[in-house]
Amino acid sequence: MEQNKINLTIDNRPISVNKGTTLLDAAKTHGIEIPTLCHINLEGTCVDNHPTSCRMCVVEVAGRRNLAPACATICTEGMEVHTNSIRVLKARRTVLELILSNHPSDCLICPKSGDCDLQELAQKLKIHETPFAGGERSKYEIENSVSIVRDMNKCILCRRCETMCNDVQTVGAIGAINRGFGTTIAPAFGLKLSDSECTYCGQCVAVCPVGALTERDNSGRLIDDLFDPNKIVIVQTAPAVRVAIGEEFGYPAGTIVTGKLVTALKQLGFDYVFDTDFAADLTIMEEGSELLDRLTRFLDGDKTVPLPILTSCCPAWVNFFEHQFPDMLDIPSTARSPQQMFGAIAKNYWAEKMGIPREKLVVVSIMPCLAKKYECGRDEFKVNGNPDVDYSLSTRELAAFIKQANINFEALEDSEFDAPLGASTGAAVIFGTTGGVMEAALRTAYEFYTGKTLEKVDFHAIRGFDGIRHATIDLNGFELKVGIAHGLGNARLMLEDIRDGKSEYHAIEIMACPGGCIGGGGQPLHHGNVEILNARQRAVYEGDKSMPLRKSHENPYIQKLYEEYLGKPLGEKSHMLLHTHYFSKSK
Amino acid sequence: MDNMKLSCTAAAKIDEICEEHGNDAGELINILHETQKTFGYLPHEVQVLVAKKLGIPVNRVNGVVSFYTFFTEKPKGKHIVSVCLGTACYVRGAEKVLDEAKKVLGIEVGQTTPDGIFSLDSLRCVGACGLAPVVLVDGKVFGNVEPKNVSRILESIDPTA
Repeated sequence: MEQNKINLTIDNRPISVNKGTTLLDAAKTHGIEIPTLCHINLEGTCVDNHPTSCRMCVVEVAGRRNLAPACATICTEGMEVHTNSIRVLKARRTVLELILSNHPSDCLICPKSGDCDLQELAQKLKIHETPFAGGERSKYEIENSVSIVRDMNKCILCRRCETMCNDVQTVGAIGAINRGFGTTIAPAFGLKLSDSECTYCGQCVAVCPVGALTERDNSGRLIDDLFDPNKIVIVQTAPAVRVAIGEEFGYPAGTIVTGKLVTALKQLGFDYVFDTDFAADLTIMEEGSELLDRLTRFLDGDKTVPLPILTSCCPAWVNFFEHQFPDMLDIPSTARSPQQMFGAIAKNYWAEKMGIPREKLVVVSIMPCLAKKYECGRDEFKVNGNPDVDYSLSTRELAAFIKQANINFEALEDSEFDAPLGASTGAAVIFGTTGGVMEAALRTAYEFYTGKTLEKVDFHAIRGFDGIRHATIDLNGFELKVGIAHGLGNARLMLEDIRDGKSEYHAIEIMACPGGCIGGGGQPLHHGNVEILNARQRAVYEGDKSMPLRKSHENPYIQKLYEEYLGKPLGEKSHMLLHTHYFSKSK
Repeated sequence: MDNMKLSCTAAAKIDEICEEHGNDAGELINILHETQKTFGYLPHEVQVLVAKKLGIPVNRVNGVVSFYTFFTEKPKGKHIVSVCLGTACYVRGAEKVLDEAKKVLGIEVGQTTPDGIFSLDSLRCVGACGLAPVVLVDGKVFGNVEPKNVSRILESIDPTA
């Protein structure tokens, strides 16, 4: 017998698992799904919530008097487990009935309908009555923040959001307050998200099993604009959207549906369908140049240059350091995010070229992200109150909108993005995953710094899902040390090292969401299945590989933009349109 | 009260309490007990300061404060009137006693009279079931209380003391 292996039976099937495995995991790896509403574990990332609070996963263990929660019971030698005995089924039903006793039954009009774990379970268990009806409802008002909608009446207290916010992201914006029926997951003192340190990363929304946490829906605004004959409505879609939106239409995770996505957007009535990838290439030009600029000054002996430089593409990450590290605002790159660079170029360069007045032009973004909704509204990205990007829709909202518009996504032909703001390189595609921005920056920075052609564009050392990764790149004898962090908890570790003077890096990429944008708060829900994130990441790298150009500075339309309009990276116009500054939000 | 600004001495006192407990977040409940003993209650500013001192999110502090009924975020009156609603007291009419106390004081459970003299609380069993129903005023037990006795009990308390 192998050592460290435990033998047991589940539903009369002999099973062998590693020591320390929970019953829930043991059953799962052998194809036995035990229902749970609170447990979530994205293996390989730092996402793990096991509060044993929902009690849906109870199973019968021979010789044990009470039922055991499978998520918190470790397999032992010779255990005999039944996941479907009459006692288990009855208990599970009662547990669900109790959960439903104070849950609204307005499924028909709930934003989560059709994608709700609780609803699915109630259907599966054929619950058609709620014998324990009469539980108290939450007195907490529904909050409509710019990004996230919170309806605490629908909360089942699974604590997944609390785990994401506190343990994974270390933001600490929300947690349980009060007790009994009055228990609410909320910012301290029952305040609103807007009064808290919330970064709007949306990871709470990404794991919420019910309709308590959803996104602020902007599709109503979009319909009005699309049907307004006086407006020109253009759209940009982020790199991570094309590898995920297919899931909403029944495609396996990781299917790249860029062509169909473009056709769908054209059919919806957008006047021009552009690509955030164009702006991602532009970001590399600016951010890469900024890295080289700081590096050169540093190597020339200027020890006041803030290093490492940190990426600034992710608005939740920007919120995080504005709230939590206000003493380090000079360290991140001043480059705006690709979404905002796109908006600034569209409403200035492109609008001027096309002769479209700013107030007639509506720039919409499709993002894997909820923080982008907030970012659109930041004052520094407005001209006389008119935002560079008018508003943002999540991947989920766009999918719902396509369905609503009666478009048969599967039957669509492929089409291409419009020129000029639709052209991009493989370097932009990989912005969608953790490590991608750094890899894209390295491809350009290497060639700018050394003057040589980079033959091998794949930097495998910085790919993957480890929370913190690093590599040393040889730039003509100079050893450039780069780091990657995803998930704000990992970002915090990086920042604390910098503050303590222990950081060895020259450049660090940070993405707020585990996995980067592929795991963003606006993406199709992964329901705890980490394979979905893996598949999306693979798709991102395939997408990069299939592009004829794979270095941002080789994008001909980017070269033209600099020739015609911007001059040079970090030039005066760039500073006005493509760079920003940060504010302390410390309370 | 939410906007109360803490004096420097108050802030220093909180620092001192936290430091006595090694600024250990695991000592949160003990720290809050002592802080409440010092200030009489735990206003938001105090919770924020404790959180900062311990390096934890303020919602964690607030979660604990709002969970345990012993902690209060509002200032209490000079005298605390508590009506026992434990099983023995309850079956012998404690609810009517509580209703009478609410009527006489003009406040609900958890509230304080506008003059700041009385706070009304309910509690569960003080171990004096033989005297049920019981009312406690500042920890002093009054036994076999009937609704008609409530006014007399309250009148016997010196509001200035």
